[in-house]
Amino acid sequence: MDRLINDLQPLLWQSAWETLYIVGLTLLFGGLGGLIIGIGLYVTRSGSLVPNRAIFAVLNALVNTIRPIPFIIFLVAVQPLIRQLIGTGIGNTAIIVTISIAASFGISRVVEQNLLTVQPGVIEAARSVGAGPLRIIRTVLLPEAFGPLILGYAFVFVALVDMATVAGLVGGGGLGAFALSYGYKQFNPAVTWTAVLLIVILVQAIQTLGNAWAKKVLRR
Amino acid sequence: MPIVALRDVSKVYPARGRNEKEVRAIESVDLDIEAGEIYGIIGYSGAGKSTLVRLVNALERATSGSIQVNGTEITSLPERELRKLRLGIGMIFQQFNLFTSKTVWKNIEYPLEVAGVPVAERNARISDLLHFVGLADKAGNFPDQLSGGQKQRVGIARALATSPSILLADEATSALDPETTLEVLALLRRVNEEFGTTIIVITHEMEVIKSIAHKVAVMEKGRVIETGTVFEVFSDPQTQASKRFVSTVVRAVPEAEELAVLRAKHPGRIVTLSFADGNVSQAAVFLEFGRQGVGFELIYGGINDVQGRTFGHLTLALTGDDPTIDAALETVRESVAVTEVK
Repeated sequence: MDRLINDLQPLLWQSAWETLYIVGLTLLFGGLGGLIIGIGLYVTRSGSLVPNRAIFAVLNALVNTIRPIPFIIFLVAVQPLIRQLIGTGIGNTAIIVTISIAASFGISRVVEQNLLTVQPGVIEAARSVGAGPLRIIRTVLLPEAFGPLILGYAFVFVALVDMATVAGLVGGGGLGAFALSYGYKQFNPAVTWTAVLLIVILVQAIQTLGNAWAKKVLRR
Repeated sequence: MPIVALRDVSKVYPARGRNEKEVRAIESVDLDIEAGEIYGIIGYSGAGKSTLVRLVNALERATSGSIQVNGTEITSLPERELRKLRLGIGMIFQQFNLFTSKTVWKNIEYPLEVAGVPVAERNARISDLLHFVGLADKAGNFPDQLSGGQKQRVGIARALATSPSILLADEATSALDPETTLEVLALLRRVNEEFGTTIIVITHEMEVIKSIAHKVAVMEKGRVIETGTVFEVFSDPQTQASKRFVSTVVRAVPEAEELAVLRAKHPGRIVTLSFADGNVSQAAVFLEFGRQGVGFELIYGGINDVQGRTFGHLTLALTGDDPTIDAALETVRESVAVTEVK
């Protein structure tokens, strides 16, 4: 068994690297998508910067429809669409696109909630000196919500690791696929638990980093 | 020409739900505010004063009526033009509303950045303002490191950054303790005197009006029910609401309950003398009582100083026989208003 683990070591590190790669890129794309949709939800809400009942209703309905779909089902349901879009339904690129789309809608709620913690008075103060909506989003709203947003994205990171692992089921790489192929299917719990341990370490590291950064930004 | 002129202005918020009524926050308000004035607007919470002040910088749009600021009709201006207008109108808030993610320096810089002022010019201006509000040593601090009074001074510096001709103060001292309130009010008075800034002060505290305002409007249920110079309203309030506000800072005539207590102690005749600025001195009146052999005891009242003018009501318990008292009152009436308290 020791030999088995030794033999699998290079593959384990490669899988860990793949997981990081998938999670990193989905955090970038999904995070950006979520930020945009989240800001959209925030600013179009009634009484906000550019209230717009129709846009808010559409965004809200979209988020409420896609967000509750269990990821494993979403993954297989949109596979044909992804194949149309990028030419393949499996592999890391397909996985990254799928996760980014699904995550955007989940992240948008996290973003919206954190933006709502910004004191409306601060926004009013910015309006009172003649700042327009775009400037307010850029120079007041996002900076004021930055601390909570960091914590929100650290939370999101954990969810992305979860999604990336599940994606191992449909031809994605990474620690999920590794644990399934060499641990679960070969009746080797030690391999599975090694993958688990690595994921736990990864998540702990990111959460610690996020907490420290948020603490610095929030100065408390 | 007034710097701010409101004509028949109303603000109605549409009903939120099917079972809710529309809210008539402001109802046909007329108001003229002259350049260089400190104009107080007082009312209980919900009277509409915060909405009213937000109509002036168009943070809230009027439903109907005309609002002229610096001679420009603002009710028809598009949002883009309103942003330019707001650069000329500073605003400070009850909760200060400082940007918590920015330093004191950056807070004050913000309006200058919005106005597109070049950096070198900004720096000089921020420096000046920090000295003016007495916070030159706090430039690098964040708002959460400041006391309430310091936060409001930053708020004032930020509001003044673009040298606005009008400053709106929305309950600016309501979150501060009495001592800090006086400091902030003194600062606002300096702003008015040194820069000639027109200041519109919203408050529910008569003390604030008495301390800095030149003119005052009393609001109730969305309407302006009384306006006048602070001296006029304090010395001779016309409406019930005004009388209640004035009574919070001026001891005028005893209310029914107080009177009952006084009556028990002083069974004789009780009169209230009302002194107004410029007419007969108290000494002359008291001398007259003495000369005519009427004893008196001061049992209620006070003399007030508003904007350097004095007025007040003194309630006296008189002793002596009726004809003597009548004769004395006859003489005193020639110089001061006398009300017999029943």
